[in-house]
Amino acid sequence: MRLLIKGGRVIDPANGLNAIMDLLLDEGRIVTVEKDLADDVAEVIDARDKLVCPGFIDMHVHLREPGYEYKEDITSGSKAAAAGGFTTVCCMPNTEPAVDNAAIATFIRERARKTGLANVLPIGTITRGRGGNELSEMAELVSAGCIAVSDDGSPVMRADVMRNGLEYAKMFALPVLAHCEDLNLSHDGQMHEGYYSIIYGLKGIPVEAEEVMIARDIMLARLTGGHLHVCHISTMGAVDLIREAKEEGIKVTCEVTPHHLVLSDEAVGTYDANTKVSPPLRSWEHIEALREALSEGVIDCIATDHAPHHLESKDCEYVLASPGISGLETAVALIMNELVHPGILDIERMVSLFTTGPAEILGLDRGTLTPGKVADITLLDPDMIRTVDPAKFYSKGKNTPFKGRELKGWPYMTIRAGKIVAREGEIVG
Amino acid sequence: MGFEQTKDLLGLRELSREDIELILNTALPMKDIIKRDIKKVPTLRGKALATVFYEPSTRTRTSFEIAGKYLSADTVNLTVNTSSVLKGESLRDTIKTIEVMGFDLLVMRHSMSGTPHYVARNTRMRIINAGDGANEHPTQALLDMFSIKEKKGTLEDLKVAIVGDILHSRVARSNIYGLNKFGCEVRVVGPSTLMPPEIEKLGVKRYYSLDEALDGVDVINVLRIQKERQQLGLFPSLDEYADLYMLSPQHLLRAKDDVFILHPGPMNRGVEISSQLADSNVAVINEQVTNGVAVRMALLFLMMGGSKDEIAN
Repeated sequence: MRLLIKGGRVIDPANGLNAIMDLLLDEGRIVTVEKDLADDVAEVIDARDKLVCPGFIDMHVHLREPGYEYKEDITSGSKAAAAGGFTTVCCMPNTEPAVDNAAIATFIRERARKTGLANVLPIGTITRGRGGNELSEMAELVSAGCIAVSDDGSPVMRADVMRNGLEYAKMFALPVLAHCEDLNLSHDGQMHEGYYSIIYGLKGIPVEAEEVMIARDIMLARLTGGHLHVCHISTMGAVDLIREAKEEGIKVTCEVTPHHLVLSDEAVGTYDANTKVSPPLRSWEHIEALREALSEGVIDCIATDHAPHHLESKDCEYVLASPGISGLETAVALIMNELVHPGILDIERMVSLFTTGPAEILGLDRGTLTPGKVADITLLDPDMIRTVDPAKFYSKGKNTPFKGRELKGWPYMTIRAGKIVAREGEIVG
Repeated sequence: MGFEQTKDLLGLRELSREDIELILNTALPMKDIIKRDIKKVPTLRGKALATVFYEPSTRTRTSFEIAGKYLSADTVNLTVNTSSVLKGESLRDTIKTIEVMGFDLLVMRHSMSGTPHYVARNTRMRIINAGDGANEHPTQALLDMFSIKEKKGTLEDLKVAIVGDILHSRVARSNIYGLNKFGCEVRVVGPSTLMPPEIEKLGVKRYYSLDEALDGVDVINVLRIQKERQQLGLFPSLDEYADLYMLSPQHLLRAKDDVFILHPGPMNRGVEISSQLADSNVAVINEQVTNGVAVRMALLFLMMGGSKDEIAN
């Protein structure tokens, strides 16, 4: 199948492109990127007034399969990814059983291959059963296609285990994706500790619960030379710690979620459990620090931490609700509407945060429009206006605090390996 | 009045000063009813209210129950023990079950903040929050304010000290919101580990010294200390707590001459208040209980559409 994407604004940060150009794809690969291309055979896609970008990569999603298929499965999650403009997603290993062996990792890749809508790259655990005590068989995980290790959902509380994890993962050049949270400090916490936790009467989680752990893990990265990637940072102090570590030359990277960039702790006041997430929604001073860190380059990528849940685990008492936000189908529009259109985030930087950023962290041969590379393409319509309607999500998780929000700037088309998989938020074929 | 159209009473934070005045003024004739020989008035005949308490309580629950009965509402206490939770019934289903039995109003207590708000969104019944987690306990604060107004003749511009575990106290929060609306100077005092980090942002003054906090105050509201907080490592021992924060006669020397003491009960004598003070006429703790019934009668009357003529005599 030959595709010619005509007249769009091509934004390819890896190659320094930001211009009206055409893109020719054939047999799943990028053939050429030039001005005024013509081709007799190719199907032509009119991309005028659209942005043509490398396929977006979300390095932090929960697809829930195996074990929690009532929350999400690899098929529904792949659809959500494609509809949301993502061609590659990396799924966290906190399934049941956990991804701590080759069999589960292989199962996930096989399921994803059959669905065929997104590249699904499994992440293995740092420790066996996510127990936090014994290391996983990382060589086996790598051979089964795992691209990183993480005990996400839980921190590795034991410093000695984390040290060994970083040390051991280094042999395979695996980044260690750390969920940084001191469980003793966050114990029973429901929301960010601050003004709103006082007036809503919910137990607060201080920013230090996150920062103490980031500081520890940075020191362990320095000690071991391992690659520490800090998941979903949410505080000003986290930004400062990571900036300093980078300046010192420690191998540390980090991600931020869309919800931590656009929604503050004030939203918890309705006691709508869709606002409950880990780490919690923070106050505006932290949001502003995160936004600055995006442009400054301290933050390497945007990842959704897509955490689908079934209705019953959100339609209940706030304290009993499960934390997490279903994020794949709103991520791009939230960033476009809240950060790009208001001029807070440059569009080229935005594209790199969704493409080269995660590709470099994980060592993926994706995230660019260089001829010869896999033809994963995300087209954005910066002017499309739509209202978030979770009932229309492909994800089984309808849990979003953004329901009813009108957003401008949505994925227009998702092309995976040269094949159109989604158009204007709808799965094709 | 806006309050009569508001579906629920979830807290004092959202309630206007005018609404609070309406409730307190309505409670005055209710207190007269309690003192009568024949206490029952027919004003809420044919109405039904249920109390659902997911947390132990004697006085608040009994107070609501008798308030409903004095006004002739059919009043049922639902024992929702944890077994139905263990059986896996969701709160939403429990509430729906109560709703379809025909109840008009639900009085709810829950250990988890925000649960009455969640329930209120999901039912046609009107909800009164009888205490949710560390969030609010609006009827307790209303009865405290009624008691203060009764003793002082006004709520305007008083100095009120709240003593104890501010961090976990819904009574403290509701009192702060309510008293601030009348221009009171609210002071909070207690150990630093039981004090929320940014409490000043609620418009109160924070003290660690009991003596300093009581300087020139009109009212002292002593909170109950939950003994299990000590096991969580929030303070070293009950003895040390009592040494620092137990209200005793000598503390009153710095307060106004006509100072009086409130306590939401039940008391831990010898921990947060000395027995001598608890039994003295400076403490209005028993009067608070009577006032609690009157205030709850006023609320039920206002929220369940009672007729004014029937309480007049």
